[in-house]
Amino acid sequence: MTNRERRIGEVILRVDDISLAFGGVKALTDVAFDVREHEVRAIIGPNGAGKSSMLNVINGVYTPQVGRITFRGTDGRQAAFDHMNPRRAAEMGIARTFQSLALFKGMSVLDNIMTGRNLRMKSNILLQAVRFGPALAEELEHRAFVENIIDFLEIQAYRKTPVGRLPYGLQKRVDLGRALAMQPRLLLLDEPMAGMNVEEKEDMCRFILDVNDEFGTTIVLIEHDMGVVMDISDRVVVLDYGRKIGDGTPDEVRASEAVIAAYLGVAH
Amino acid sequence: MGNLKKNWPIITLIVGILVGMVAPLALGLSTPGFYVEVLLGGLMSGVLYSLVALGFVLIFKASGVFNFAQGAMVLFAALAMARLAEWIPQLTGIESRLVSNMAAFLIAMALMVVFAWLVERLVLRHLVNQEGVVLLMATLGITYFIDGVGQTVWGSDIYEINLGLPKTPTLVADGLFQGGILINQEDLVAALIAGLLVLALAMFFQKTSTGRALRAVADDHQAAQSIGIPLNTIWVIVWAVAGIVALVAGMIWGSKLGVQFSLSLIALKALPVVILGGLTSVPGAILGGLIIGVGEKFAEVFLGPILVRTFDLAGGGIENWFAYVLALAFLLVRPEGLFGEKHIDRV
Repeated sequence: MTNRERRIGEVILRVDDISLAFGGVKALTDVAFDVREHEVRAIIGPNGAGKSSMLNVINGVYTPQVGRITFRGTDGRQAAFDHMNPRRAAEMGIARTFQSLALFKGMSVLDNIMTGRNLRMKSNILLQAVRFGPALAEELEHRAFVENIIDFLEIQAYRKTPVGRLPYGLQKRVDLGRALAMQPRLLLLDEPMAGMNVEEKEDMCRFILDVNDEFGTTIVLIEHDMGVVMDISDRVVVLDYGRKIGDGTPDEVRASEAVIAAYLGVAH
Repeated sequence: MGNLKKNWPIITLIVGILVGMVAPLALGLSTPGFYVEVLLGGLMSGVLYSLVALGFVLIFKASGVFNFAQGAMVLFAALAMARLAEWIPQLTGIESRLVSNMAAFLIAMALMVVFAWLVERLVLRHLVNQEGVVLLMATLGITYFIDGVGQTVWGSDIYEINLGLPKTPTLVADGLFQGGILINQEDLVAALIAGLLVLALAMFFQKTSTGRALRAVADDHQAAQSIGIPLNTIWVIVWAVAGIVALVAGMIWGSKLGVQFSLSLIALKALPVVILGGLTSVPGAILGGLIIGVGEKFAEVFLGPILVRTFDLAGGGIENWFAYVLALAFLLVRPEGLFGEKHIDRV
């Protein structure tokens, strides 16, 4: 048993019998899987398999018609829901990044990442406005936390740059930084490496593994690059046409005939 | 050079505005003292346009709603303030004008917050993700509703807001210009109040976590939700802030001209301002208001007589259309306004 396998803990997220339809289009049908604490869990599948829909269900953007989501939140208590909503998900410690970037383009890198601390800022708004007393102390504390993330992601040089001006790869890092600033218990990454070159992908892989190692953050990610998925994930869920067709370690999934058929087609 | 070639229309327009500003002096149409007086008068009404435009910009930025009701909110808030300031001494026997004005202001402010909450609760919440036109029509409905309700509750006469400021003009800079400059002290105080309000808003937006959340929502709804920013609360806050801005604008304007129905029409003057400054820019609203305010005063005072002489016209009325012609020129050469965001859609 390697070091990594040993740290993987209990189940913190379980989805049961999730079905989601948009009008007549079935995006997800009876999908069920679980995520264990500290693991890197990948969701893979061909285009249109329902991967992003699955993340949106977990994070509360979509409301499934059927199903149950059970999550052990930051407070350690387990709670079950018919559906999430984004606000509750954020409060319980679920953070996410987006496939098509959804950053606050007019704001600086620093401000973007600071928004991730917003839920934790409690001090009086009038004191905040004049930077006084406890509000100043609180601001500094959050600022220090954010500076750590900026160091970690190696984007110190762009701290004050409006995000809209950064190249794509760096914007992806800021997106990750904003999610990390929430100190999430569960981090959802929607195609963190889409559209990146090899070098950028390597950087991003390193960041994801470091986040998982250093902060113990549980990660659910969607990715198309099979090499990457097999390298960094502990367990993989395979979706096809909204149904789960495989679930297991990378080696198990790779050997599964159903998965191979979905990806390569079957000979008739 | 490529830039210059591409941007010549807007550069021409800006140079045109600047030339228009100095022309009266350069052509000897006015004495320096009179020029400064007209300039100050223009800046003063410009400040008030800016305040109304600011209300538009705040709500548009945060929710993408073009709030047609901003002018009606100005009228409603001013009516509330005027009538409350009248009723409070009668009901409580408080003599001091300062105290009753303050109390009236605070109660009117609370009313605008309640109004914001109701708008979110009863209207906006149910129209999430609808087309812009639907939301515009909804605000049009709100406009007529609060115009009417305001009169039902507060009455439909002309009311006075008396801030106790001296209305007599004072003569300043007598040594500097021949004949000095006449300045209304009330105008100075009004400009000061408006300036403080803008400063307070800037600090609120830039320094507080709520301000950061507001800017975040303005940029991207989905991402803002994902980090736990509640959209509904944010909408209540921006409408409340826009309501308070409307109250301040209504108070200043009402103390100058009296509180009457025509106050709600200044919203129409704020439209050219937001077109010129850009619908998404706070500095744009302020600068746009000042340009329009000064521009229309200059057009009326200096351009008017020339037109009358040259074409043998009746004269007057330039103030009414000048702002719109300027806005139209901006729409043609720079639809996003001076500071607005240019939308580049990926295809």
